[in-house]
Amino acid sequence: MKKLLLTVSCLMMATTAMFAQKYMTRTGRISFNATAAKSPEKIEAINNEVANIVDAKTGDIVFQVLIKSFKFERELMQEHFNENYMQSDKFPKSEFKGKIDNLSDVNFTKDGTYNAKVSGKLTIHGVTKDVNVPGTIAVKGNTVAVKAKFSVKLNDYNIDIPAMVADKVGKDATITLEGNLTQK
Amino acid sequence: MRKSLLLFTLLSGIYTSSLAQADSLMNMLNDNAPKTKEHVSATFKATRIINGSSVENLGHGVLDFRISHRFGQLNQGVENFFGLDNATTRLGLDYGITKWLMIGIGHSTLFKENDGFAKVRLLRQVKDGMPITLSYSGSVSVQTTPAPVLLPGQEWKYSNRLYYAHQLLIARKFSDRISLQLMPAIVHYNLVDSSKFSNNTLAIGVGGRVKVSRRMAITGEYYFRATNADMLYAGVPTYNALSVGLDIETGGHVFQLVFSNSQGMSDRTFIGQTTDSWGKGALHFGFNISRVFTVVKPKEFKDSDDKKW
Repeated sequence: MKKLLLTVSCLMMATTAMFAQKYMTRTGRISFNATAAKSPEKIEAINNEVANIVDAKTGDIVFQVLIKSFKFERELMQEHFNENYMQSDKFPKSEFKGKIDNLSDVNFTKDGTYNAKVSGKLTIHGVTKDVNVPGTIAVKGNTVAVKAKFSVKLNDYNIDIPAMVADKVGKDATITLEGNLTQK
Repeated sequence: MRKSLLLFTLLSGIYTSSLAQADSLMNMLNDNAPKTKEHVSATFKATRIINGSSVENLGHGVLDFRISHRFGQLNQGVENFFGLDNATTRLGLDYGITKWLMIGIGHSTLFKENDGFAKVRLLRQVKDGMPITLSYSGSVSVQTTPAPVLLPGQEWKYSNRLYYAHQLLIARKFSDRISLQLMPAIVHYNLVDSSKFSNNTLAIGVGGRVKVSRRMAITGEYYFRATNADMLYAGVPTYNALSVGLDIETGGHVFQLVFSNSQGMSDRTFIGQTTDSWGKGALHFGFNISRVFTVVKPKEFKDSDDKKW
């Protein structure tokens, strides 16, 4: 009986894996804005190399971002971002591992735009935090477009903003994420 | 018992599968990640180590306005306010044409000198690949001080005012904190004090930086002349140029505080025509300030309405 149970549960896991429908992209776009209220210049950057997988069956969702791929309008700012703020030699990647909590509300087989609640672990600058992110999932044929906008406190991720630039760099960064995923 | 076992197996099955899934998805991303060359960046904080060029280039479309001061010798005493009364200045404009080619022009009050240079990056250090960054820097300068009064029949040629310098810059960032650079150089002086001296000076420079905090670095630079070290300039002996500095980075600026026995800031002056010596305390305090402007925006920001200036 125990063996049977084991076999059944093994099979179950195997089938989940087998029928898993995965959507993937490596050219997602993430941008952030950490401009302080009265800053004369914008503190923002864009990264068009976001890797992202959504598993339609299990609701698992992962993102991965290379810090050095963020482009700034000012090159010097980009260098400071990598050298002083994100220490990207030490912490080259940021990643998110999570799950769509309301998977039953999202129908991957029917075209439409669905609101998704995603929770999971966000790692930035070597610090991992639990986050809840609201977003949308738009299904069209066998492509999926994900969008999310949320805000992080830089302090939570041990990103120090020296007093000297506190009038330019805010305490929070608003992160905007967009990806067009295709079925794998 | 059986029921609870069933429940347990199912639950643990679901639980492990969900965690393992996210991890396996992440592995999927990592395994198939396209291999990209990771260039080593920020070997130095600025395009100059102190007086001499570093392997750093300005990015494409970046304009750098540089203001450099060198005061008089510290050992001039209180009557010249320890050198502060005899300040010289170089104003410079550098521009990044492509990410591997930059040019610059400048004017120094010392010897009323105009200079221009081009710096080309030939090789770039890559993480787990190419071990060094290699650049070539070539400069030309024109001294525009009034022509000397000559005997009748003697002619003062314009070419007497011209100087050329060529340098190879070989640098490696050894760690986050330590970078070193070697600079084999040849300087051509169209006019030297006497025919005893060669018009060409061969030198090898060595420079480096040690970061002491995320925003500060101690720098050093020394040019050793392999030939022509006994050259007189304006009748006085010349010395090898040794400079130490502190780089301080603020928002859009890099400040470089400098102590050097060279008051000149152009390649030809500090490499071969440094007339002060550390041994005699004839040091010059000074600083470089750099302010960069983005003239051509990166393509991601083409539509941004942010003010350039």
